[in-house]
Amino acid sequence: MKIIIKYFASIRESMGRGEELYETSANDLQALRLELIAIGSPYSESLAIGKAIRVALNQELVGASALIKTNDEIAFFPPVTGG
Amino acid sequence: MNYSVSIQKEDFDLSHEVAHLRKGDPRVGAVCSFVGTVRSHGDGQTVTALELEHYAGMTEKSIEKMITLARERFDIWGARVVHRVGVLNLEDQIVLVAVSSAHRAESFKACEFLMDYLKTQAPFWKRECTPEGSHWVDARVSDDQALAKWGIQSDNAI
Repeated sequence: MKIIIKYFASIRESMGRGEELYETSANDLQALRLELIAIGSPYSESLAIGKAIRVALNQELVGASALIKTNDEIAFFPPVTGG
Repeated sequence: MNYSVSIQKEDFDLSHEVAHLRKGDPRVGAVCSFVGTVRSHGDGQTVTALELEHYAGMTEKSIEKMITLARERFDIWGARVVHRVGVLNLEDQIVLVAVSSAHRAESFKACEFLMDYLKTQAPFWKRECTPEGSHWVDARVSDDQALAKWGIQSDNAI
């Protein structure tokens, strides 16, 4: 299924892009992250397991077990530092 | 009913924002506001400017959600949040949270709650510019702890 993936801050820089359309077979966010890492560079460094990464699904912070459906907007970003 | 959020590059005027928050609501007997500004020292480094990035769309939604939570917890009549993005120089204003209520205790508490929530839940990222170059600011565990005192768990800084 097709999804939109967005990247912000240090992850955006490391990915060299702010967003992309992506075709995935993953059914949840953890599986998606692993699928992307398996592609290799720049995903493997940018989304490496162990890095502090927060994930939003359709613009809400969610945990790694959140389920994905077609046309979802998913965002990977580092811990937030506003205010 | 006076609740609003703005994410903008432009500066804001505290007096104007507070006047607007109070206007037309004679129930208001207290306004509490917080303004965050750009300071010259980060984690032991000299900071010359900040760059603020955000997730347009999600930022507004997350702050609207936190205002809804504040209204459930505190007896308040209005809230205004302004957060700037883009390049900000030393001494520039970054963020405003202002809350109105009948008595001071509720607006003091709600203002602190909103700032604590914003620090760990709203998708903003700061980049510090220093004479040696620029770097992304690390999240602080102390900000997660600040939100914990309201009974909300946050693992932002992990």
